[in-house]
Amino acid sequence: MKPAAFGYLTPRTREEAIEVLSRYAGDAKVLAGGQSLVPLLNFRLTSFRYLVDINRIPDLDYIRSEQGYLAIGALARHRSVEQSAEAARECPLLPEALQFVGHPVIRQRGTVCGSIAHADPSAELPALLTALGGSVVLEGSSGRRVADAEEYFLGYLMTAQQPDELLVEARFPKLPNGSGFAFEELARRHGDFAIVGVACAALPDGSVRLGVCGANSVPFRPLKAETAAAQGDLQEAGRLAAADSDPDSDLHATAEYRRAMVSKLVERAVRHALERKEGNARG
Amino acid sequence: MAEMRTGHLEDALFEAREIACTVNGKLYRAMAEPRRLLSDFIREDLDLKGTHVGCEHGVCGACTILFNGQPARSCLMFAVQADGAEIVTVEGLARSPQQLTRLQESFSQEHALQCGYCTPGMLISATALLSENPSPTDSEVRHAMAGQLCRCTGYEQIVRAVLAAADSDGKGGEGGNHA
Repeated sequence: MKPAAFGYLTPRTREEAIEVLSRYAGDAKVLAGGQSLVPLLNFRLTSFRYLVDINRIPDLDYIRSEQGYLAIGALARHRSVEQSAEAARECPLLPEALQFVGHPVIRQRGTVCGSIAHADPSAELPALLTALGGSVVLEGSSGRRVADAEEYFLGYLMTAQQPDELLVEARFPKLPNGSGFAFEELARRHGDFAIVGVACAALPDGSVRLGVCGANSVPFRPLKAETAAAQGDLQEAGRLAAADSDPDSDLHATAEYRRAMVSKLVERAVRHALERKEGNARG
Repeated sequence: MAEMRTGHLEDALFEAREIACTVNGKLYRAMAEPRRLLSDFIREDLDLKGTHVGCEHGVCGACTILFNGQPARSCLMFAVQADGAEIVTVEGLARSPQQLTRLQESFSQEHALQCGYCTPGMLISATALLSENPSPTDSEVRHAMAGQLCRCTGYEQIVRAVLAAADSDGKGGEGGNHA
C-alpha cells in the first residue's frame, strides 16, 4: 500500500514542465490532483520513475469563457468548475456531470483535465467532452496542438497524448441559449465510477448530441441514436445506442446488462434534455 | 530552470528533502522522501496520530485533513507536496481537550461515533462543510459527507450531529437553533 520510489519534480512554469517531460519522456507522469493516479501508485498497479507535479504552476489554474467554448486549465479543480458562474452560464451540462464525479472531498482536489487525461472509459467527463465535440490542448517539445475528443481517446486509459506532452487545457463547447441537457448515470453507489453514464444536449437547431461512458473502451457518440433522438423517437434512440455499444462483462455488470442500461439511460437522458429544452423555450 | 537543475545529480530527485509546513498552527520541519504519503508523514513523522488511515486509496475518508483550508485525502497526497502548506488535522479543531468545538460536542451528544475510527475524517469534512455553508439542508449534509465511510453508526446520528452544530434546522436557509 505504499508507492514505489520515484523522483519528484516541481516545475514552476509550463515551459519547465514540458522541458522535464521531454527530458524523461516515457518515464515521467504528470501529477495534478492525483485522485486517480495516487491510488494506482499506492497499490503499485503502476509506477513511474519520475512524477512531474504541476501544482506549483498557478497560471494553469483557470476557467475562461472563450469564443464558442469554455476553457478549463490543467489545474482547475472539479469543485471550482462545479461552482463557477461561467460554467453554469456557458456549459451547464459540465457542473451537472461533475455531481457524479467522486465525492466533494475528491472533487476539491481532483482536476477536470486530470479526469480527461486519465481516460477511464467509465468516467463522466470524457463522455461529456465527446458528446459536445470538445477538444484538448496539448503542449510538448514540438509545440502546441489541439486534439478533438474523438481522436484523443484511444482505448482503456490510453490517449493520443505523447509522453512529452502536457494537457494544458480542455475545451468544452458552449451550449447555445435555449438548449436542454441532462446527465444520467447508473452506479452502485453515488460517487462510484459509472456502470453506464449518458450525457445529452438537445440544441436549439433541433439536433441532439449524446456521449456514452462505460459501454466501450472509449467514450463514444452514438450517431444513429442522435438522429433518432432528434426525430423524437426516444425508444429507437436507446435501441440504436445499445446496438452501437460494445461493453465488456466485469464484476459490476454483464455486457448484456450494460447494453440494456445504455438503452434505458439514453432514452431517459434524451427525454430529460428535451423537457428542459421545452422549459427553456417557454421560460 | 536554474532552480531545478541545482539538484545537480538526478539521484537528488529521489532523496529525502526537508519540508516545512504548518500543522495546527505550529511550524514543523522534517525530512521526507518523495514517495512518503502525507498521511504517513503526519502520523509517523509528526507523530500526530489523530489522522486515521483506512483504505489508503481515497475511498474511506478517515485520513481527511484540511489542506490550505480545503478538505483533502492525506493518503492521496505526498508529504513533499505539503512544503509551505497549512494543514489542520483533527487535533487542531478543539482549542483544548476541555474546549471542544460545537461540532465535536454535538458528535458526543448525538452519539455520532462508536469505534471512532472514521471520526477524524467525519469531523474535518463536516468542519469544511459548515465553514462554507453554515446552514446546510439535510440533503446537503448527506452529499458533503457521502465520501466518508462509517461502519458503526449507520450515519443517521452523524447527519443529526452535523445539523445540530449548524445554524439550521436541516431545512436550509438562515435558521435559529443556536442551542
